[in-house]
Amino acid sequence: MKAQPARASAAAAKLLAGPLTECVACIREGAAIPADMVSASFDRADEVGAGKDALNIFISTDREGATESAKQLTAHLGRAEPLGNLAGVPVALKDNIATLGMPTTCGSRILEGYVSPYEATVVRRLRANGAVIVGKTNMDEFAMGSSTENSAYGPTRNPVDIRRVPGGSSGGSAAAVAAGIVRLALGSETGGSVRQPASFCGVVGVKPTYGRVSRYGLVAFGSSLDQVGVLGRTVEDASIGMEVISGCDPLDSTSADVPVPRYELEKNAGLKGLVIGKPREYFPDGLDPRIAQECERALDAYRELGATVRDVSLPHTSYSIPVYYIIAPAEASSNLARFDGVRYGLRVLSERGLNGMYEETRARGFGPEVTRRVLLGTYVLSAGYYDAYYKKAQAVRTLIAQDFRDVFASGVDVLFTPTTPTPAFELGAVKDAYEMYLSDIFTASANLAGVPAMSVPIGDAAGLPIGGQIIAPHFGESVMFRAAFGLERALAGNFVPGEQDA
Amino acid sequence: MTAVTEREYEMVVGLEVHVQLKTRTKAFCSCSADFGAPPNTNVCPVCLALPGALPVLNHHAVELAVRAAIALECKVHETSVFARKNYFYPDLPKGYQISQYDKPLAEKGWLTIGELENKTPVRVGITRVHMEEDAGKSVHDRYNGVTAIDLNRAGVPLIEIVSEPDMRSSAEAGAYLRLIKQILSYAGVSDVSMEEGSLRVDANVSARLRGATKLGTKTEIKNVNSFSAVERALDSEFTRQVALLKSGGTVSQQTMLWDGARGETRPSRSKEESHDYRYFPEPDLPPLALDAEWIARVGREIPELPDARRKRLVDEYKITPPDAELLTSSAGFSEYFEAVARASLDPKGAVNWVMGEVSAAVNAAGVHLDEFAVRPADLAELLRMLRDDVVSHTAAKRIFARMVETGKPPVQVAAEEGLQKVDDDSALAGWIDEVLAENPSEAARYRAGETKLQGVLVGLVMKKSKGSADPKKVNQLLPERARGPS
Repeated sequence: MKAQPARASAAAAKLLAGPLTECVACIREGAAIPADMVSASFDRADEVGAGKDALNIFISTDREGATESAKQLTAHLGRAEPLGNLAGVPVALKDNIATLGMPTTCGSRILEGYVSPYEATVVRRLRANGAVIVGKTNMDEFAMGSSTENSAYGPTRNPVDIRRVPGGSSGGSAAAVAAGIVRLALGSETGGSVRQPASFCGVVGVKPTYGRVSRYGLVAFGSSLDQVGVLGRTVEDASIGMEVISGCDPLDSTSADVPVPRYELEKNAGLKGLVIGKPREYFPDGLDPRIAQECERALDAYRELGATVRDVSLPHTSYSIPVYYIIAPAEASSNLARFDGVRYGLRVLSERGLNGMYEETRARGFGPEVTRRVLLGTYVLSAGYYDAYYKKAQAVRTLIAQDFRDVFASGVDVLFTPTTPTPAFELGAVKDAYEMYLSDIFTASANLAGVPAMSVPIGDAAGLPIGGQIIAPHFGESVMFRAAFGLERALAGNFVPGEQDA
Repeated sequence: MTAVTEREYEMVVGLEVHVQLKTRTKAFCSCSADFGAPPNTNVCPVCLALPGALPVLNHHAVELAVRAAIALECKVHETSVFARKNYFYPDLPKGYQISQYDKPLAEKGWLTIGELENKTPVRVGITRVHMEEDAGKSVHDRYNGVTAIDLNRAGVPLIEIVSEPDMRSSAEAGAYLRLIKQILSYAGVSDVSMEEGSLRVDANVSARLRGATKLGTKTEIKNVNSFSAVERALDSEFTRQVALLKSGGTVSQQTMLWDGARGETRPSRSKEESHDYRYFPEPDLPPLALDAEWIARVGREIPELPDARRKRLVDEYKITPPDAELLTSSAGFSEYFEAVARASLDPKGAVNWVMGEVSAAVNAAGVHLDEFAVRPADLAELLRMLRDDVVSHTAAKRIFARMVETGKPPVQVAAEEGLQKVDDDSALAGWIDEVLAENPSEAARYRAGETKLQGVLVGLVMKKSKGSADPKKVNQLLPERARGPS
């Protein structure tokens, strides 16, 4: 029998709870051992009840593999090439990112037990920088959902309040960071799937510019919208994670050959002279007053820091949800065609031959939300409907993108908005699909336009975290982080990210 | 009442030709595009459509596609767009084929396939040339009761060449196909082999009364595996349609399969025509943007095409137009000819040997010309040996046969086989004496003045010498040897 894994030292537990830079510095100096960081992470998971019967944060974990990579890192210490910016840092990955050695299920029955024979570019970059992958996090099936209730492996619960959802679709990653199991996790965005759960769980969530981060190995949902994003405890942690995964990749033809700046240099840049746009469409009359209030406080903080707040308009905002729910399902209906039972994943044989196998495999393999979107997407691409739906939606999409170009061309540096229309809701509370879709009402437009956006904790409503969203121009991550660092510092003490749990 | 006969109907044909581009790797990944590897060995996450994999366009494929489009007189667009063609099939790993739809690579080309009796050129319009990827292969007859899938071919780059419905007979369709094959082979775009599947044809055909301007309802014929099969299938399908129309029926738009064994077309069981492919722009690939300057350069670098080469061969080597026509029917043979003609300085001899011995030997061996054992330089050497009287014509043919078998140079073969001309008087005298001794009655009649026997006796000497005797010298020596020692 195997010996019970040693409990991590108190020092490692403390490092796991502290800033990334400290952890990395200690490991580089030899003051901490990567394997202890892995133990600390798994101990923390036990402590907070990350398992299936409680928070249900992970679809799979790999303590042995993580310990093994940690030991290899230790063996590397002292060699010529220095350890990377994430040396010894435990990291969790959303389960739609192809990973060696662990299943990649996308939260779906159809990929139960599927292990990718190759690894996503973002994972290779993480590993090359010394990150240790501890597990794959729960998610809405194929990233379709806003609550992580649509997982074939059961819902994830919000560590802040176990009766509530963590948001979605990257709910497992947001919960893993919020619960202090990892300092950093990767999620993915198609319409707000990193920012919305970040907001619900009180952590930082970043969606980069479309093309900033390679999609190679991210299981596609809406290819023209998808980006890998990071969830972190602090703006600095998130900025370090973003810097590691960003950059052009020859394996992704939509990745952009644009130099990646040092985002953490924005930490002390200050906000004097920065123009913050406040788009009126994101502050509607019916906005939850608690959210409106926290946003106003954040805007006041900006003014105090020397930034100017300017009222602006993005007139096509109201079309973003309808446009999103045409384009994303259309692309999804095609992207998910490969799950046909022929080469990998679930196969259900049928007496009705090939078509029977397709139908049975997909009917049993996909959950109701995925089925709904595949049908929706198939419909909008059909002969006779294409022009009325898909083509029209693409036309409106360009108008939405133009709104952003116009407002940034008018001298606005970044936009500030609420991330979500409500704080985290209770499990099972949102039953209507369309109502659930409205969770993305403030986030989907950034995906449609391809601009970077992030959610930063700005306060709470009776203990439930509230996030503020910062949106920047294409490849304007630096100014976005600058605005986020400033806001985080101004609000420190007001709300400490990640400190809300026991 | 006049009987409506088949002659009163006109055949209208449009062809869709799929051509595999001659690239080392596949269209969207770095897997080998070679034909004939063991099943599922040339595959990777991209062409297996593993979750998360993404396509990256092969630029050599683009260059070959552009070359083909320009060779077919098309206008190449500076921007074209890849699109997904969605349908489920086990050998289509992604559940969609990456193709081009409403913004193809190139449009509006044409080919002149011949001329009418009144010298009017017959021109066939080319609607479009677009890029796409091939599917894998379903193997139905290998395992009992199940279908196997081989994905080596999945993702191999293709172009589809769509013609206008400009052809009016199966012969015109055949001429169009042979010309396309010839041009693309010359342009170095493809191996254009129907046997290996690097050229595939779907034929659209309809019938209408002569003089009608509206097109009839067409059917699409698939499963044709040679140019002659295309011609036979078109004739058969046309006859079927005309019979239908004459009996007052209507043609229904459908896919027909050609059954070569029975010599007839029959409706495909698949409901292919009811497919809604749900095309939309491929979001994983940016629009294909080509620089006008680059397109022009690709055009300038196209190797010499058949028409130009025919004219040049006549001018440069002073061979006859029919010989030039024959030689240029294949890019390989005309290149081989030129190499032989240049090295031997004997274009006439080169024509005869290339179209005669070389062509026959290559066919008999069933190899590609570039794998053929006799290299042009060696054949040129043999022609020089013939011209310099080092070998006889008979011996040259024997030497050539050995060269085909061994790949050895002619001088070596001639030496090894003792096939160099023997003009040494004593050796020749010996052979002649033996022949005269072995054929006493012929010898006697010859001596008696029956001079027409000269040829027979010389032939016997040549035979005895295994072709190495110099026939001129044998002719000179025979009368004096027959007279006997003086």
